Amino acid sequence: MAFRDGPFENIKVPLVLTAALTVLAAVVGCVLLLISDARAQTSPYQPVRSGVEAVAGPVGGIFAAPVRWFGHASDYVGDYFFAVSENRRLKAELAELQPWRDQAIALKNVNARYEVMLGIRPEPPVAMQTARSILDSRGPFSKARLLDAGSATGVKVGNPVINEHGLVGRVVGTSPGVSRMLLVTDVASQIPILIDRTDARAILRGDGSGNPRLDFMRGVGSVQIGDLILSSGDGGGLPRGVPIGVAARGIDGSWRVKLFSDRGAIDYVRIMLFEDFGQLIGADDLNAPPLAALGTLTEATAEQAGTITDAAARRTAERAQAEQRRATAAAATAAARPEAAGPHPVVPAARVAPPPAARTVPPPAVRTASPSIRPATPRPTGAAVSSTARPYVSSPHRVVDPPAAPTAAPTAAPSPGGTE
Amino acid sequence: MRRLVAVRVVGPVQWIVIPAFITLAVTILLATPVELFGLHLPEPVIPMMLAFAWPLIRPSVTGPLVLTLLGLILDVLTYGPLGLWALALLAIYAVVLASRSFLIGQDTAVLFAWYAACCSLAFLMAWLIVTLIARNPPSILSLIAQIVPTLLLFPFADHMIERFEDGDVRFR
Repeated sequence: MAFRDGPFENIKVPLVLTAALTVLAAVVGCVLLLISDARAQTSPYQPVRSGVEAVAGPVGGIFAAPVRWFGHASDYVGDYFFAVSENRRLKAELAELQPWRDQAIALKNVNARYEVMLGIRPEPPVAMQTARSILDSRGPFSKARLLDAGSATGVKVGNPVINEHGLVGRVVGTSPGVSRMLLVTDVASQIPILIDRTDARAILRGDGSGNPRLDFMRGVGSVQIGDLILSSGDGGGLPRGVPIGVAARGIDGSWRVKLFSDRGAIDYVRIMLFEDFGQLIGADDLNAPPLAALGTLTEATAEQAGTITDAAARRTAERAQAEQRRATAAAATAAARPEAAGPHPVVPAARVAPPPAARTVPPPAVRTASPSIRPATPRPTGAAVSSTARPYVSSPHRVVDPPAAPTAAPTAAPSPGGTE
Repeated sequence: MRRLVAVRVVGPVQWIVIPAFITLAVTILLATPVELFGLHLPEPVIPMMLAFAWPLIRPSVTGPLVLTLLGLILDVLTYGPLGLWALALLAIYAVVLASRSFLIGQDTAVLFAWYAACCSLAFLMAWLIVTLIARNPPSILSLIAQIVPTLLLFPFADHMIERFEDGDVRFR
C-alpha cells in the first residue's frame, strides 16, 4: 500500500510554514556556527576546512591550468613583438642598477664587519618553498588564496609568503597538499611594519581594498608619500626588512600602502619557512603570572630547612652584633666630645662611612666608548646614546649626576626613533 | 492506437539540485587566479540568485537546506567566517518568502528592485558581521565592487522564475 493511499492521504502540510520553520532552524544553526568558529587554527572546524580545501585545491588547479597555458602562449607571442623595446629597457635598467650592486657589495662587507665587532647575532638564512596559487577569493570580506604546497613540504601556519616584488601574505592553514594564504589586504590581516626613512613603527591593516591602511602611526612627519615600507619583525612573526610597498594617501585621507606585490600577477610565490620564536614556547608559559613556578616546587627536606634556619639565625646574630658595636662607638664619641675643644680635633674612624653602594661604579672603564666591552645594540636608542655623553667627575669611585641633563642632549646623536 | 504524450516532470532535481551544482562550478571557475592587464575575474555571490528565485518558484524545505549548504561551502572556499554567507542567503530567502504573495506575477522591473533590495540587505548584514568579528570595517568600495556583478546576475534569476514558476501543475 502506497503512503498516499493510507490515512495520511488528505493531510496537507502548508509549504510556506514548513519552509519558514526550516529557514528559522538553519538561521539558528548558522548563528551558532558563527559564534563558535574563530577562523583560526584552533577552530573546531579546521579539519573540515582542510578537507574541503584539499578537494577544491586540485579542482582549482585544473581550472587554472588552461589560463596558465594561455598566459604562457601570450607571453611567447609577446616576446617576439616586444623583444627590441624590452631589450632597451632592460639595458637601461641594468646600467642604473650596476652602481647599486657595487654599493650593495661594499655595504654587505662593512655590515658583516660591524656584526662581528658588535657581536650581533644575525638572523639565520630562511629556507624557501616555491608554490603556485590555485584558487583565489577576492571579495571585500576575505582575500585569501590556496597554494599547492602544504605541510608535507614543511609549510607551517604563520609562514610569510612573498613573490618576486614583496610580501604577499601569511599562511593561516595547512593540509598535506595545499595551504591557505591570507593576503595582507584581508580584513583580518595585521602586520607590524617600519618606515625605512624614519624607523617609525605602525601596523599595516587590511580592509579588503587593494591598498591596506597604516594604523597606530606615532609622531608627526614620521611618514611621507613615497616612503618605503618594510616589515619590522616586531613580535617575531615575520623577518625584519621584507619589502612591502610605498606609502600613499588614500582618498579618505588615511595613510595607505601601494603594495609591491601588485606589480605582477601573484601566481608563483615563495613561502618563507620562517620560524616564529613565539612558537618555541607555549603561549600558556608566556602568559603565566610571575613566580607561578613557585607553586610547583617540592617541599624542602629537613636538611634544607635546617640550613635555611641556621643561615637566618646567623644573620640575626650578626645584625645584633653590628648594632652593639654602633652603640659602643656612639658612647665613646659622646665621652670624647668635651676633649674635642682642643686645637687638633680627632675625627673618629667610625664616622667615616663607606660610600653607598648604589652610587658607586667599579673602576673599569664601563663608561668608556670602547665598542669591545659595550653591550652590543644594533640600533641604539636615544637614552643609550645620551648616556655616553653624560659628564662625571674624575673620582674613580663616585659618579655625580649631571646638574642639567638637557645640556648633554644636543651633543648626542639624534635618535633613529626620535620622531615618535 | 494510443498516442504517447510527453509529460515534463519538474522536480527538485531540475530546479534545485542542478542549479546548485552549476552555481558551485561557476563559483570555483571564477575563483581561478586569472589576471589579465591587471584585471581580475569578477567575483559575484552567485547563490544569491538562487536565494531570490527559489521561494518565488515554490516554497520548500529542500531550498533553505541547500542554500545553507551552498553558503557553508562558499565560506570555506573564500575563507570567510563559517556561517556568514549561509546567513546572508537565508536572509534573502526569508524576505522573499515573506513577500511572496506580493511578488508573484509582478513585472520584471519590480522583481529587479526587490532583488537589489534583498541583495543589499544581505551584503549589509555580512558587512556588519565581519566588522564585528574582525573589529575592522571592510572597504565600502570593495563591497560595491562585489555588489554590482551580483546584481547583474538578475537575468538568470528571472529566467529561472519564468521557466519553473508554473512547472508543476500541482502548485498552480
